[in-house]
Amino acid sequence: MSTLPLVTHTDPDSIIAWRGAGTRDGHHGYDGRAVTLRRFLAEVRELAAHFPAGGHLLNLCSDRYRFSVGLAAAIVSKKISLLPSTHTPGVIRDIKAFAPDVFCLTDSNAHAVDLPQLRYPAMDDAHAGPFAVPWIDSQQRVAVVFTSGSTGAPQPHPKTWRALVSCVQAEAACLEMPRHPPCSVVGTVPPQHMYGFESTVLIAWHNGHALSHAQPFYPADICQALADVPAPRVLVSSPVHLRALLDSGLPLPAIDRVVSATAPLSLQLAREVEARCDAPLMEIYGSTETGQIASRRPTQSTQWRLFPGIRWLVEGDRVRATGGHIETAIAMNDVIEPVSDDYFLLHGRIADLVNIAGKRHSLVSLNHLLNRIPGVMDGAFYMPDEPIDAGDGRITRLAACVVAPELDAPRLLAALREHVDPVFLPRPLVFVEALPRNSTGKLPREALQSLIQRHTTPAIEATQASHE
Amino acid sequence: MPDDQKKPIGASTSELHREVAELMVECLNLEITAGEITPDAPLYGEGLGLDSIDVLEVSLVVSKRYGLQLRADNPDNQHIFSSLRSLSDYIAAHRTR
Repeated sequence: MSTLPLVTHTDPDSIIAWRGAGTRDGHHGYDGRAVTLRRFLAEVRELAAHFPAGGHLLNLCSDRYRFSVGLAAAIVSKKISLLPSTHTPGVIRDIKAFAPDVFCLTDSNAHAVDLPQLRYPAMDDAHAGPFAVPWIDSQQRVAVVFTSGSTGAPQPHPKTWRALVSCVQAEAACLEMPRHPPCSVVGTVPPQHMYGFESTVLIAWHNGHALSHAQPFYPADICQALADVPAPRVLVSSPVHLRALLDSGLPLPAIDRVVSATAPLSLQLAREVEARCDAPLMEIYGSTETGQIASRRPTQSTQWRLFPGIRWLVEGDRVRATGGHIETAIAMNDVIEPVSDDYFLLHGRIADLVNIAGKRHSLVSLNHLLNRIPGVMDGAFYMPDEPIDAGDGRITRLAACVVAPELDAPRLLAALREHVDPVFLPRPLVFVEALPRNSTGKLPREALQSLIQRHTTPAIEATQASHE
Repeated sequence: MPDDQKKPIGASTSELHREVAELMVECLNLEITAGEITPDAPLYGEGLGLDSIDVLEVSLVVSKRYGLQLRADNPDNQHIFSSLRSLSDYIAAHRTR
């Protein structure tokens, strides 16, 4: 049996995470509490002892350190962490159908999901015990991530320990993260999202770095989280958060690397980020199914470089990724133009897919969910074309047209909210008498577009009139 | 101002509510008027239906307009944006202009 360590840190006193700072107001120096490898492993053992018998875990800890302890405790107890892209009541029901023994680990009252709950225990006196880094069967299935299937039900994608570890080792090499001294990794993306899972938690575990416990949201929180950890610092973020950070004009502590993913970044925003942070900005490309597979530095190249070992299989219009950490070839959902064996260009999504702030859904699936709502006679989502300056961190929203004479917008949106993440709720939602379907029942995109424009323009004029 | 704002709030508070509601409508291109946002209706989820991307957008506009930085007390803290009233209270307490 081939095995891989839980983490590559070996010295019991090496630092694996930085926990919360003591004070915040007016404080700018480093004040984080270091978590040593010895301490981390003691907490992992202690938490694992609290786990119920169920073999599947939904880890909703919002503190990134607690999430990492929950993940490690699950791995050493051979439980599988489930990572759905959202936690709507409908998705929780689907998760329960997928894994009836699933339980949920939480560290706050913010997540009211209908699952047996385990509250993250206080572990201030976790017994250190004998020191030993656990080694994990490389074929152990440690996580299952989910994508939205064409019928709306989440599709599972299992991840083995080997696949995850080799992916983040390749990533760290491509990002050229300094190793001596190790980096402090600060993320604005949640660890429950595949990108945050790999690029804030696993990358720290498998390259000797330390993760920040913080999950900062507002720009001032991001600055504080960075100030709370020692240099060299790596900021793992997304175009939306990076734009907000720049717009805030707040002073930033020294940063060594900025990493962005979830959506392509415009060259303009990339240049601004590099100028303000005085650090290279690296973009990561990947998908829930493949994990991360390529990177680029947008200020230096429009071409993406595949991680070592990853190759494309091109058959006509269809491009699949294979090799490296990918266990079976996976069809990509983006339009890919290979330039050479290692380099490629990205030309946007395949038409059916929408990606809003790093959350992905298929239009077919969204339409299916919309038309399943009682009272909806016909309905269709519409994704407007991205503006020319797409990638500046501004988000384009979906619109939808529905024929539902018995329903109003709040009721329809509440029904959709049961199944889809709020970022996919349509704006505007237009009620019409009929959709402009052609004789074959198809709905031409142009017809839908002009229908939505007709219904939204007068509404804006009416709003303005009411202000006068 | 709609009749449902007869609560014992000072004129400046209701002015701020109106101002902040207008900022939100403008910033997010909402399909409603500022007057339709009642002070205690939730901004997230079932109420106005804002999500975290909207909250970030509004926080940037609010920061610039009132000269303050929004801070979350903990990772789940959506308290500031729980209602128009709580957002306005936060602004009133932290504004520098």
